[in-house]
This record gives sequence, C-alpha cells and structure tokens, in this order.
Amino acid sequence: MIAALCVLAQAMPLDPGRHNILRPAAPQGSHIEWLYWVIFWIVFAVYVLMILGFTRAGAKSKSDAIYPLPVFEDKEGDERAKWAVGTAVAVTVVTLFVVLVLSVVTGKKAAGLTSKNPVTIQVIGHQWWWEVVYPNPQADQTVTTANEIHVPVNTPVVILTNSSDVIHSFWVPSITGKRDLLPGYSSAFWIKIEQPGIYRGQCAEFCGLQHAHMGFSVIAQSVEDFQAWQQQQLKPAAEPSNDETGRGRAVFLTHACLMCHTIRGTDAGSHFGPDLTHLASRNMIAAETLPNTRGALAGWILDPQRIKPGAEMAPNSLSPDDLQALLAYLQTLQ
Amino acid sequence: MESLREPIRPLTLDVSDVPSVAFGPSNTTWLANVFYMTIEGMMFALMFASYFYLRTRVQQWPPGHLAPDLRYGVANAVVFILSVIPARWVQKRAPSGDRAAIRIGLMVLAAFALLATAIRVFEFTTLNCRWSDDAYSSTLWVLIGMHAGHLATELIETLVLLAVAFTDKMEGTRLADAAINSDYWYFVVVTGLLNFIFIYGLPRVI
Amino acid sequence: MATTEPVIANEKDAHDTELASRLARTWYQPRGVWGWLSNTHHTAVGKRFMVTSFIFLLLGGVLAALMRLQLIKPENSLLGPDLYNQIFTMHGSTMIFLFAVPMMFQGFGVYVVPLMCGARNIAFPRLNLFSYYLYVGGALVLWGGLLTNTGPDVGWFAYVPLSGPQYNPGHRADIWSQMITFTEVSALGVAVCLATTILRYRAPGMTLNRMPILLWEKLTISFMVIFAMPAVMVASGLLLLDRLVGTHFFNPAEGGDVLLYQHLFWFFGHPEVYIIFLPGAAIISTLVSCFSRRRIFGHTPIVVSVVATGFIGFGVWVHHMFATGLPQLSESFFTAASLMIVIPTGVQFFCWLATIWHGRVQMRLPMLWAFGFFFVFLIGGLSGVMLASVPVDTQVHDTYFIVAHFHYVLIGGALFPMFAGLYFWFPKMTGRMPDETLGKWHFWLFFIGFNLTFFTMHFLGLHGMTRRVYTYLPDMHWQGLNRLATTGVAFMTAGLLVFIANVLRSRRLGARAGDNPWGDSGLEWGTSSPPPSYNFLYPPTVNGRDALWDATPDQAVVVGLRDDIREVLVTHSLDSNPQHKDEDPGPSIWPFLASLAVSATFVGSIFTPWAVPYGAPLVIITLIGWLWPRSHSPAPLPERTSWSH
Repeated sequence: MIAALCVLAQAMPLDPGRHNILRPAAPQGSHIEWLYWVIFWIVFAVYVLMILGFTRAGAKSKSDAIYPLPVFEDKEGDERAKWAVGTAVAVTVVTLFVVLVLSVVTGKKAAGLTSKNPVTIQVIGHQWWWEVVYPNPQADQTVTTANEIHVPVNTPVVILTNSSDVIHSFWVPSITGKRDLLPGYSSAFWIKIEQPGIYRGQCAEFCGLQHAHMGFSVIAQSVEDFQAWQQQQLKPAAEPSNDETGRGRAVFLTHACLMCHTIRGTDAGSHFGPDLTHLASRNMIAAETLPNTRGALAGWILDPQRIKPGAEMAPNSLSPDDLQALLAYLQTLQ
Repeated sequence: MESLREPIRPLTLDVSDVPSVAFGPSNTTWLANVFYMTIEGMMFALMFASYFYLRTRVQQWPPGHLAPDLRYGVANAVVFILSVIPARWVQKRAPSGDRAAIRIGLMVLAAFALLATAIRVFEFTTLNCRWSDDAYSSTLWVLIGMHAGHLATELIETLVLLAVAFTDKMEGTRLADAAINSDYWYFVVVTGLLNFIFIYGLPRVI
Repeated sequence: MATTEPVIANEKDAHDTELASRLARTWYQPRGVWGWLSNTHHTAVGKRFMVTSFIFLLLGGVLAALMRLQLIKPENSLLGPDLYNQIFTMHGSTMIFLFAVPMMFQGFGVYVVPLMCGARNIAFPRLNLFSYYLYVGGALVLWGGLLTNTGPDVGWFAYVPLSGPQYNPGHRADIWSQMITFTEVSALGVAVCLATTILRYRAPGMTLNRMPILLWEKLTISFMVIFAMPAVMVASGLLLLDRLVGTHFFNPAEGGDVLLYQHLFWFFGHPEVYIIFLPGAAIISTLVSCFSRRRIFGHTPIVVSVVATGFIGFGVWVHHMFATGLPQLSESFFTAASLMIVIPTGVQFFCWLATIWHGRVQMRLPMLWAFGFFFVFLIGGLSGVMLASVPVDTQVHDTYFIVAHFHYVLIGGALFPMFAGLYFWFPKMTGRMPDETLGKWHFWLFFIGFNLTFFTMHFLGLHGMTRRVYTYLPDMHWQGLNRLATTGVAFMTAGLLVFIANVLRSRRLGARAGDNPWGDSGLEWGTSSPPPSYNFLYPPTVNGRDALWDATPDQAVVVGLRDDIREVLVTHSLDSNPQHKDEDPGPSIWPFLASLAVSATFVGSIFTPWAVPYGAPLVIITLIGWLWPRSHSPAPLPERTSWSH
C-alpha cells in the first residue's frame, strides 16, 4: 500500500496543471474547495475506521480448515453489537445532516453574488467552439468574439448560457463549477474573479467528435485594460495597408472563408463559424487547441481536419502566395 | 449382508389433495398479468408526466392547433365504459366451467373490442394535428398509439380465447385465463378513459 | 460373493431410487441443438445468462483497454475521434446492459432463486427462456452495429440533441435505442418470473419473515426493474420516434425539451445502478453469514435497508443533472435524498462488520472477495457522499473523478461480489471446488490493477481532465497520471485470465464437492451438486431463517406431487402454506421462435416503420403457438398412484 502511494506520488505532476479544482483563483472556487476538503476529511476518517474494523475482524480468522467449522451463536456479542451498530447509525445520520447543511450553505455562498450593474456575457455553444457576445441595446456597441472571454477583475459578471446545437458545458475549474449550455434554455450564473490572469476552460459535456478540443480561456484584466479591449473589439476590421494584405483580404473574400466567417467592415458576414474581425488579438486558435502563430494558423487553414478531424471547417487548397498573403492580412486583425 | 445405519425418516407434508387449478389472486398468471399491467401503467404514467412537463414549455396549449374533435373520443369512452359489463360477466361465469356462457361472453367482449378499434381508426383522423407538427402533437399521437396497441392486443387475446372456447381444451387453468383476460380489459378501459382526459379534456382546460 | 446390484439399505432407499428415476424421466432436459434451444429449466438458462454476460464483460474490457491505450499519451493516434466515441459508448452500454444486469440480476437470480426457494423450477419458465433470447438479440444488434461501423457514438446515455435526428444521422443511435428495447424487455421478463417465484414458489414454512436476504433483495430488484425500466423504454422509444418518424419530443424548436430526455433517462438510470449494486450486497450478506459460521447480525435491519434503498433510489435521479442549472430548492432536495440513501447502505456495512467481528471467520476464497468488496466499494460509496453535494459536484461532474467514483461502486459493488458469488456457487453448478491458489492470484492481480487504474483517476478529475475525450493537449500535464492508470490494465487482464483458467481447470479436475461444501444454510445446499433436473427429490420445508441450520433432523419434506407430470407446488405469498399446484410446461421451442419474430420486428423497425405492421402478425402467430393449450388441464391421473409415504 505504501509502495503504491509512493508510485502514485511520483506520477503526480510537479506543476498541478492549468485546470486544477484544488487551486482556485476566485472566491466561488475557494468556497467549493473548502467544502471539498471538509467532506473529504470526514469520509477519510470514516474509511479509515471502517477498514481498521474489517481488518481486525478478518484477522481473527481461524486457519482455514478444509471443512466448515460448526455454526454457533453469540448472544452476548449480539447484544454489544446492537449498541455499537445503533451508535454507528446515529453518528452516520448526524454526519450526513452536517454535510447537507454545509453543502446548502456553500451552494448559496457560491451562487450568491448580486449586483445592479454586472457585466453580462452571452456564451453560446457550437460544435466545437464558443461564441462570446457582450450584448448591448445598441447593435454597434455589441462585442462579438470567439473562444476568449475577457472580464474585469473584482466585478460581478453574469454569464448567460445557450447552445446553437447540442448540449455543451461551460467549465473553468479554477473559477467555479460548471454549467451546461442547453439548446432551448438560457441559464444564468455569476462569477467574480479577484486576481488578473488567464484561466483555461474546457467543454465538459460530450458534444461529438471534437469535444476533446473545445477549450476556451477567461482573461481577467484590470478595469482600464478591459475597457480598452472592449473599445478595440468594437472597431471594424483594420483596412489593408499594403499590397500583400490587400491581396490577403481578396483571398479571404473569394474563397470559402466568407461562407462561414464574419469580418466586420468587409462583405464577410456569415455567423456559422467564429467571428474573425479581431482574430489577431487572441492568444489561441481553434478553441484553445493551437497557439495563434503564423505557422499554426497556416496549418489550420490548409487542413483543419488533420488537427480536429470532424470539425465543420473543410480543408482549403491555396497557392503558397495566396496563403502568405492571407496570413499577413489575418495577422493585421488586431 | 449387513444393513447400513437406519436413516431418520423425515416427516411428510402431503399435498396430494391440494387443488390443481386456482382462480383469482391465487393464480400465478393473474400475478404476472398484474405485473405487466404495472409495467405498461408506468409507461402511461411517464407519458402523462411528460405531457404536463411539455405543457410548461409553451405558452399556448394546444400550440397553434384546434383541440381534437370530440365525437369519436366520446364514442369510444362510452364503448369502454359499457364494455365492462360483458368483461365482468365472463369473469364471473368462467370458474364454473360453463363453456357456452364463456363463448357468449367472449363474443360480446370481442364485439366491443372490435367496435372500439374501428372507432379508434376514425379517432386518428380527427386529432386535428399530425405527429410531426410539434411536441404537443407528438405526445397526443404516442398516447393514442400506445393505447391502440393495447386495444389491438386485447382484441386478439380475446379472439384467441374465444377460439379455445370452441375446443375441449377450455377447462381447468384455461378457465382462469379467460377470467384474467377481463382484468387486462379493465386495464385497457382505465387507460382509455385516462387517455380521453389527456387528449380531449386537458387541451380545452389547461 | 460379488454383487452388481447397489446395496439397498431399506425400503426407503429403494423407494427413493425409484422416485429419482421417475422424476429424472419426467423432468428430462432435452439434448441436441433442438434441446439446447428449447430447454426451459432454470439451471440451464441461469448458467447461460452467466456465461453470456461474462463474455460481454471480457468484450467490454477489451474496449476499455483500447481506451486506456489511446489515452496513454497526449495527442495519441491509436484511435481517431469517431472510433473512440464508438468505443466508449460501446464500453458503457456493454458493461451496463449486456453484462451487469444480465449477470447480477438475471444470471444469479435465475440460477439461485428457485433453488433457494426449494422449488423445482422458476415460475413461467418459457418467459424466462424467451428473455434470455431477447438479451442475446440485443447484444447481437449492438455489436453488429460496432462491427459494421454503425456503432452508437453518443455515450451510453445518448443525450439529445446529440443523439437526435439532426446531429446523429444514419442508424447509430437507432441501434442503441433498439438494444435498450431488447434488453429491457428481457430484464422485465425475468423480473416477472423471479417476483412470482419468490412470492409463490417458496417452500412451505418459509414465511416472509423467514425468507433469506438474497430472496428479499431479488424481490426488491424485480420491483425496481418493473418500475424503472419503463422510463428508459419511454426515453429511448421517444428518441427513436424523433429519429424515424419526425416527432418533436426533444426538439426545442417545436416545443420539445432536451431536459425531458434527461429526466426520463435518469429516472431509470439511477435505480439501474442500484439494480446492479443490491444483488452484490445480498451476495455479501450470504457470504458473511456463511463464512463467519453464524447467522447474520441484523437480518431485519438489513432487509429493511435493502427495501429502503430500492424506494429511495427512485428519488435521487436529479443528482445526475446538477450542472443543468435547476432551481436551488430542488437541487437541495435531491442532495438530501442522495445523502439519505447512504444510511441503509451504512446499516448493511455495520451489520456485516458486527457479524464478522462476533464470528469465527474462515477466509475461504469467496470471503476473500467479500473483503475486497469492503475495501473497494467503500471508497466509491464515500466519494458518492462528496458528489451528493451540489457545489462539489458542479466542479467534478463529467470529469475523471466521476469515472473513478462509479467504477469503485460498480466494480467494487458488483464485480467483486460477482466473483465471490461465482466461486461460492461454482461447486453447486459444477459439482467441483474452485482452486483456492489460482483464486488468490486472481484476486490480488485484479485488486492491484483495479486500484492502480481507478484510484489515479480521482486525481485526474481534480486536475481538470474531462470525460469522453479521445485525447488531450500535452500542456495539460495529464500524461503522468494517464500512464499510471493504463498500467493497471495489464494486472486486471492477467487476473481475468487466471480466473478463466481456474474455471476451465476446476470444472474437470477440481476436488469433488458434496451437497454443501461451505456449510451454508440456504436450501440450494440441500440437494446434490449439481442438482438433478428436478432440483429436489422431495421439495423441502423450512423451519427458520437459515433453512438448513434451523432444520430439525426429521424436517418434513413435501410428498404428494405427481412424478409423471411436471408438477410444482404454489404456496401463499405471506405464510407459504400450500395453495395449489401448477403444471410446468416443460421444454418448448416457442420461446426461441417468438424471440426470432420479435427480434426481426425490432431490428426491422430501425430501418422502416413498416416493420411493425409486417412483424406484428409474425409475433402474434408465435405467441399463439406458445400459448395454445395442447394438453388437458389438469392432466388426467394415470392408472395407479406413484407415491407413498
């Protein structure tokens, strides 16, 4: 048993990873982590006691005679057992009640932010990417992006969920528990992040072929940085400044790209795929699967099926010059 | 030759006089029938629950349709209620082994079942919706379809028993089977009347 | 002077020998292919359920091994997403529908229950055989799907809309739906047979109060099956209708609802896992008593706990839906119910501990596995307490933490007791003892491998690894734990191979077992190993809860049942007094023919709704053939009576 635990400990990564429930970075996650540990230690104690009991009981075993020993009765033992079992059941009931109360209280704490002026973000699940909308009564004040969610620190944020196709689930382990994105329902929950940083999330409800590659990130910034980001996102796409980027835009508008993607300020206005107006401002592409570098982008555009087989984006055959021009143009879309 | 040790003779419980046929709840087929009615009843109960659940998901009920026309539904409800009479009559006469009475009773019951089936065919045409219109229509069609399945099964079962009643095999445990058939008929009647409420009543009320 | 005649000690022996040969003739088990297809005796059918479901355990295990090999390193290319999605769907579906219920409920139930009741056969033996064939039909449909690249790929639970007509074109989800139909009709059939057997075929003297825990459990499970299976039939049936004929039950655009599917499915799904676990617990109760050489402590509290678990199990299903954003009040209710269900399981654990503590333990092979159950299931049950809490669940739901939890409760709660039970009843089924040394190797290999694989998964879940992913990115740092989890597969495989070797070897070469090699108290141990085709020469009567231990030396036996026809005694549900006699129908080919007709209809309806009106007449014909009376009832008496005191 000890050896096994040692082996296990060695297999544990020194870096706990980018998605760790037990390393929360927000108050909601912290409340849940606290509750986790309380219940864990309770059940751990129960397990140890029970195992000690069974071990001792089993260790009293007779050397196994080949033939069954005679059946016997132990009335005195049964009397003592009645008290022991009765007490154990009573302790169990009380313990479970305590767990219930703690659980309900923690649930209320984790859900319990209220604010008159939250930042509202709509997250709409697609197979296999996240549509992110910051709604505003005025259409030209509405930010639309994909796979990267920016929030200001220390500000309550309401996430409104929906799905355009199948059930997905929005989950950022370091922030809070998950919430399913259900078609036909719009479910709201709050988060509030206190430390700036990048927090990775992943889809947590099986949604088809590329469920494994449907990640996203939540980027918490200072209020000023957040507002600056918002302003930048509201601007239409940058105009091409030289021949190459001009050619790149032409490639975009004459190939399959505009059938699925929007670049505001051009004729490309389809909402089937992610909005690319500010593609270059994002850290990752393909739903947190690839870094947003020229090389990765090239590989993705030429053959998305090699990276995410089954994705809705078909391969594109482009001449090397067209590809370079397109990449140059896309990299201007800050 | 030495004899072996004398074994202890066990006492005996002699069941030779225990009867070979049982009627009513003692009969094991009766119990199986109750279990299957519970299973099918659960399916209806879950469909009824789904009906209410789906009702909460839309504003209007029926959503964009007329409620089903009443005439065939009411006709069938009347047929179901009246059919209890022959069903009960057969059930009471069966244990006595009176084959003639059983034949008549089963014939009348089969006639009611046939009539209900015929009316049911017309019911399908006056629901005022198609199963593929929306969730409301789908629910209605499944409810009435499920029940039609039971109605057809019971009709066939009654006819088969009727056929047996014309042979010399309508005796013993088969008399009990004829009586148990009526229990299944009551199930068809009760679910039919509940269906009536859900299909014809509730769309006009909730 | 040599003699070739057996030594007859006295006239009773002579009479018994004569009676045995007459009963053997009347209760003959038919031979040959036709015989195999038409044999309705419960021992034959029970063994068939066990062997067939074990094969599917192995097949499901192969699928699991493939999954583990794919996940051993990030961005592995052993299995692409489409194949991986089929494999994990098939793994779950096979294990739950084609192994767990057919083994724990149908296999053990059909074999042991009639013997434990003191009956000659199960109630409704043809329905029982028919249920077996339908189970096989469902298995063939599912695996036929995988082997023709139409394997379902939507998870064993097949949530809509992913499994609906829009997002799952082709017939994959239809195959899943119809497999459900087959296996649920099969389970329902066996539930009706077992419930009737337990209520009506018990030996005189076995009042409800004196009924063994295992019979109480099988009765409870039968009722759970009767109330829960219809829910999955409705869920999968409505899904099938949405896909095949265009209904809109689950289509939000036309008034349908995706959560309706989840409610219907989990209303079945949660009782289903108790349908898998409670048989295991009952086997443990049986073994704990036998191998502590004393009556179980707390027989009545355990019975009450089993029944209570059955009831409460219907009230916790929403805990599978805590991430959907339901109102807090209803979530709290289901947390309370999910915590409450821990209490009856706790009662059972405390009673088992008390029995062993105050017992004289003989750590024979079945008891070793029972201890394995204690160590393993308890971890799963306690992690379940953590999951009952909504906040914790919203973090670990749909991660490998859940995978760890349910494997601990399912493997701990069903597989360990299954091996314990197989070793325990092996002598009864085969007449020979299993090999203890091989059994111990099997145990330790499996125990170590299981914990290596699944304990590790708790950590993977806490580190954020979601379920049902065919691969993962290298910078998630999940490689080390995944590699560790995969190593356990080798140990478990080795353990299973040792088990198979043990079974094959011991069947032929194991030490011969007498009637009651373990010294247990159940009625099944009061007849030879294996039992004759008529189970008991004289059906027994019962004097107490532990039948053989409470029997007096001259414990009464039942006489007066005819030996020229297959006569069985029907007793009262509560006080088990003899009420009437039924005639067992004997071997029949109709269950097989009817299952062919039903299977054709079910399979056909995957492809066209016309299969129903075409298939139904075939089904009707086979059912009429099955039920049409052929002989007189009651059978006329022969010329002379054939029994005496």
